[in-house]
Amino acid sequence: MRDIKVSLVGYGIVGHGVVDVLNRKKKMLRDMGLNLKLISVTDHTGTVMAEDGVDADKILGERTLANLATTSMKGKEAISAIDSDLVVEVTPTNIVHGQPGLGHMEAALSSGKHVVTSNKGPLVVSYSRLKKLAEDNGVMMKFEATVGGTMPLISLVERTLVGNEIFGIRGIFNGTCNYILTRMTEEGIPYTHALSEAQDLGIAEADPSYDVEGVDTAGKVVILANSLFNMNIKYSDVDVTGITGVTPEALALAKKRGYAIKLIGDVPALTVRPTLVPLGSPIAVAGTLNSAAIYTDLSGTITVTGLGAGSIETASAILTDIVSIYRTKRIDAIF
Amino acid sequence: MRLSMDLELQDIPGQLLLALQPFSDNKANIISVVHHRDRKTPRGMIPVRFVVEMDRSKIEIVNSKLKESGISVVRAGEDRLIEAVSVVLVGHVLHSDLGDTVNRIDSTGFAEVMDVSLIMTGVDEPSSAYLKIRATGKAEIQKALAILREVGAEKKLLVIEPIEAEAV
Repeated sequence: MRDIKVSLVGYGIVGHGVVDVLNRKKKMLRDMGLNLKLISVTDHTGTVMAEDGVDADKILGERTLANLATTSMKGKEAISAIDSDLVVEVTPTNIVHGQPGLGHMEAALSSGKHVVTSNKGPLVVSYSRLKKLAEDNGVMMKFEATVGGTMPLISLVERTLVGNEIFGIRGIFNGTCNYILTRMTEEGIPYTHALSEAQDLGIAEADPSYDVEGVDTAGKVVILANSLFNMNIKYSDVDVTGITGVTPEALALAKKRGYAIKLIGDVPALTVRPTLVPLGSPIAVAGTLNSAAIYTDLSGTITVTGLGAGSIETASAILTDIVSIYRTKRIDAIF
Repeated sequence: MRLSMDLELQDIPGQLLLALQPFSDNKANIISVVHHRDRKTPRGMIPVRFVVEMDRSKIEIVNSKLKESGISVVRAGEDRLIEAVSVVLVGHVLHSDLGDTVNRIDSTGFAEVMDVSLIMTGVDEPSSAYLKIRATGKAEIQKALAILREVGAEKKLLVIEPIEAEAV
């Protein structure tokens, strides 16, 4: 049995999901030979620490840690001070400067801790620097949850499709946009109406610009380009058009000719734009689903689809990353 | 060049072979032959559509050989615009001079706008249009799309292009 001490930084929707999933899967992980102990949870109010593992039932009912914190340590200070093997970084994304996640990830990697994250910001802002920092310190940085949520994409390309040349990846990487476009097509309603419906359902944020202007999708394009295509690009290298200009009439005209209009991110073209997708195409998924077509030399085109967001779903991708770190290490140890 | 021909054959054995012979003799590459047995003409003839790639100079020879064999050529025409692409435009499509937008494509000589559908919701509202563009080849389709992108940027139109089936 291998003991693994995990620190969680960020206790929002995804953070709650991580606590819940690690708790639920404790037995399954033990059966795999991994004794995962969540030794600390940190948010903007402080840190809950427990050497034998934080009591999930006790903290899951709380929106923040304000009433439970055992120490006032936060952020980088907590990461450096707590003796963990792995840090799960799930603070809110900022695509401009990457903070506070960037600082958290730097602190974790430079003190020799593996990092698993769902936070796009740090990777969009400084992927290559973080990757080098991980390599220099002999640890891993995993980020499956940043693109397509629970939909396997990065690990699929890196592991399952290893040996294939990847020509490109195109897909729907934002569930909010996909929901709005789907509803506009189904009901013939204007953009503003579909948006307010999405906001009522909690699918869109009060300030939806990050999603509907294509910023979120472009961030994912940057991550895919840098991590899977070694492109070393910045956010500003992506040509971005969002969905705010799409009309119900345009959707109706397209549908009559056998097309859906979807917000498609394209690597290595580095574009995000509303695109006509044939209605029978496997990537033309509806509602909040995400999808991606991976174009390869040996395997032809592989298409994946799945939920792009959600607390438990994102935590599932994080769990996969955590397990894969230790499974990879075990294989390495054999040779 | 690519040519499509509609022929009418008698409903007796050996007619299709007879019709193919002049094409073969003149080194035409047959792209498709569609034999419409179920659509006999009132005179009892069987319509057949041939699509062939052949040298322009041989067309007349093939035509006269077919006639000599008693095969009637109903129609023969050049299939010049063999590729097509669908595009949706959103914005002030009509008031930014739709005629000019179409003309920019048509004036290339290698691509033409073949179908336009327009929906206008109100005077100050953006309108939406569907365009089908045909061109002489795949590369020409890409050139036509590049022109449309340029026009779109100039006229502040959202140009929604189809996803490409293959990675480029």
